[in-house]
Amino acid sequence: MSTTAVAEEHHGAPSGLKRWLFSTNHKDIGTMYLIFALVMMFTGGALAMLIRAELFMPGLQIMQPDIYNMILTDHALIMIFGAVMPAATGLANWMLPMMLGAPDMALPRLNNLSFWLLPAAAALLLTSMVLPFLPGGGAPVTTGWTLYPPLSVQSGMGMDFTIFAIHLLGASSILGSINIVVTILNMRAPGMTMMKMPMFAWCMLFTALLLIIVAPVLAGGVTMLLFDRHFGTSFFDAAGGGDPVLFQHLFWFFGHPEVYVMLLPAIGVLSMVIPTFSRKPLFGYKALVGGLIFLFSLSLIVWAHHQYTVGMSPLATEYFMIMTIVISIPVGLMILNFLMTMWRGAMTFETPMLYAISIVIMFSFAGVTGVMLAVVPADMEYHDTYFVVAHFHYALLPGALFGLFAGVFYWLPKWTGHMYDEKLGKIFFWWNIIGFNLTFFPQHFVGLAGMPRRIVDYSPQFAEINMLSSIGAFIFGTSHLLFLYIVIKCIRGGEKAGDMPWEGAKAGTTGLEWELPSPPPFHSYTTPPVVR
Amino acid sequence: MTKTLRAGTGLALSLISGAALAEWKFDFPEPAADLTEQITHLHHMTSWIAFWIMVVILAVVGYSIFRFRKSVGYQADQEFHHSWWGRWSWVVVPVIVLGIDLSIAGQASKTFAQIESPIEPDLTLKVIGSQWKWTYEYVDHTVDGKPVRFTSTLLPKEEAEKQGEPWLRSVDKPVVLPVNKNIRILNTATDVLHNWWVPQVAPKKDAIPGYINETKAFIKREGVYRGQCAENCGRGHAFMPIVVKAVSEEAFNQWIEEQKQQLAAAAEAAAKTWSKEELLARGEEVYKKNCMACHQANGMGVPNVFPALKGSKVATGPVEGHIKVVLNGRTGSYGMMPPWRDILNDGEIAAVITYERNAWGNDTGDLVQPADVGAQR
Repeated sequence: MSTTAVAEEHHGAPSGLKRWLFSTNHKDIGTMYLIFALVMMFTGGALAMLIRAELFMPGLQIMQPDIYNMILTDHALIMIFGAVMPAATGLANWMLPMMLGAPDMALPRLNNLSFWLLPAAAALLLTSMVLPFLPGGGAPVTTGWTLYPPLSVQSGMGMDFTIFAIHLLGASSILGSINIVVTILNMRAPGMTMMKMPMFAWCMLFTALLLIIVAPVLAGGVTMLLFDRHFGTSFFDAAGGGDPVLFQHLFWFFGHPEVYVMLLPAIGVLSMVIPTFSRKPLFGYKALVGGLIFLFSLSLIVWAHHQYTVGMSPLATEYFMIMTIVISIPVGLMILNFLMTMWRGAMTFETPMLYAISIVIMFSFAGVTGVMLAVVPADMEYHDTYFVVAHFHYALLPGALFGLFAGVFYWLPKWTGHMYDEKLGKIFFWWNIIGFNLTFFPQHFVGLAGMPRRIVDYSPQFAEINMLSSIGAFIFGTSHLLFLYIVIKCIRGGEKAGDMPWEGAKAGTTGLEWELPSPPPFHSYTTPPVVR
Repeated sequence: MTKTLRAGTGLALSLISGAALAEWKFDFPEPAADLTEQITHLHHMTSWIAFWIMVVILAVVGYSIFRFRKSVGYQADQEFHHSWWGRWSWVVVPVIVLGIDLSIAGQASKTFAQIESPIEPDLTLKVIGSQWKWTYEYVDHTVDGKPVRFTSTLLPKEEAEKQGEPWLRSVDKPVVLPVNKNIRILNTATDVLHNWWVPQVAPKKDAIPGYINETKAFIKREGVYRGQCAENCGRGHAFMPIVVKAVSEEAFNQWIEEQKQQLAAAAEAAAKTWSKEELLARGEEVYKKNCMACHQANGMGVPNVFPALKGSKVATGPVEGHIKVVLNGRTGSYGMMPPWRDILNDGEIAAVITYERNAWGNDTGDLVQPADVGAQR
């Protein structure tokens, strides 16, 4: 592959507030997305610390049950919609034009809109958390992020704010996704066929397509909820001819693909990181693309495995069980590709690679507990216990957040022009991973022993494991302060990074981002490079 | 197979955490019924498969890290994907995975078919979840056409400690079931979703307002089995435990006869006219069990969440309005007050309304008799 990229700055970045408020530049918007995600991650993380502090010992220590329930609801909503999804869009914004040889995203003004919807949504969501403390604010949202009626009909005004926040977040992600799809389909450099794209682009393409399909369904579902609450409809009220389970179907038709929306960007990052630090191209590119198509299709038709206990017909339940177990095939293929990329490679262990290796292991673990959960009779015991909590945190921290961390470490030198502090990076990795496993590994067992999720107080028989888990959580939570420090330190200065800071990137990846200088010019490729 | 699993898991755990954890529970509690036994077997099978898949993945990663590292001078094999494994593993591995999948699905389907197969029940227990208590109905055992029915709530902390029962896992009145009988359990709810979950006794099914879900149990061992609500139902979700007492058939028959006699006595009591002292004493009991969780012991409620009864319009206004609210419930800005017509009888409602109208300085002096409530049903 060769390129004739000439990076010229026709004009520099505008200055002042306008640069950010009216920005149509993919790098600036990407930066804003990432900063927003970081702020939300610390907000959601603080809520998680409160949850674990409350659960440190049996008894009610620091909060009332309904406030506890509200905090766990908003922890999930903030982490999913505020931290993971915007961070993935931020990475896509930064990297896609550079990888594909484009000057910018295809729809720059849409890009601006889709970002600026987020702070508004966050404001609504945070308001919903403050309302219960104000006179006349009504009962807090106590449902968990699933917002199941009839409980969600009982909540006060905070639920309406949450619903509108979800509307805005949904609109933002649909617009962002449209932009990603259009960019990938239309903005590739001459000669870069679909099958030559970096795997990260494929993963973002499927992420975006999934969101475009499922986000409107969630918006519809919560709108019906809003109508049930205020306008006398009974979509979800059996007394009025409705069906509470209908909401669960609408929610999980969105909710299950959402898991893959969070997972695939991390898989994309791993498909860049592992080949780079194994100094060998990604193993089985075509098979992985096929696997992604398979995974994409399956993810849309397995939603009701979250509802095995609602009393569906045995036939339907059986169908959802088999389809869910079959997900292990494309996921297994992914793991195979990563393992075989490392096999007979020449590995080095910089921070992104350490994350990648640990993700392969820990995400596989989430995968095997996922198969256990897919088994209907067994799920009739696991359902709504801490086993589930442990499972999905293994899926969504390694499978989403840690993948994003790997991506940030991998591309920070490209973005800033400085190498991050490798020694601190490694300390952060170990601190982070040990804290994480200490928090969530024991939760599998407390779940098997019979502790349900979403309870503010528990029987003393679960005390030891919960205390261990809380200690792990404090270790895990504080580690992120080091992450913040490393990122700020890297932005402010450090060892100069070359255009291709990673030795293995040439052998390992096909992305055009390494052809640009570090840091790259304000407009990425003003003339398209030619890919052969 | 199970043995290998236990050995493997035990080894892994002792490596991780040392012997101090040995006394902790790491697995399902010992199953007591036929279906939960089968589910536990299934769980052990899938755990075992999961364990060995992880061993394989860890072995490959570990070997690669050890062997294929640049620091020991290993050169990347750029031709690896042209090898036989490179060309065919994308077919071989999914086929192996499919094989594992199908064998899991086959076992799972067998057990699932048993869970869903119809039975000739010897006993039907209807379980009704409400915020935040369980009501049990023995539909086969009736007095004057009314089934034996009672409500079971959390045993208060002091009481639990006094009796040596585990806090949050003990109730004022356990549900009693016979062993070696086919028991059909019907789940429903009056307000929001609940889930009656006793891990040792029966696979769980959601309790959904307006719907009836079915699960079943054939309990093999006598004993006390504990569980709790497993579907988020709001503020009191952590505080609605379940205790099942499995007893012999004779003991069960004796117990159900006692319940029937109590039911008959209660029906008689509801028909008579009560004195003020009787009403207030009974009313306080009913209030503590059913109303206090929201409206609080001092009748002040919780600001913005649960309305106060002290000095409230309902509790100091016309008696008819008060009875109506308690019978039918209502929805307001604070959320929802559940209807009590199906949970409390006329005597209990009359007593609790009398109590509410005379406690905490609500000195209306009103006496409400069971007949007044009956008239408004």
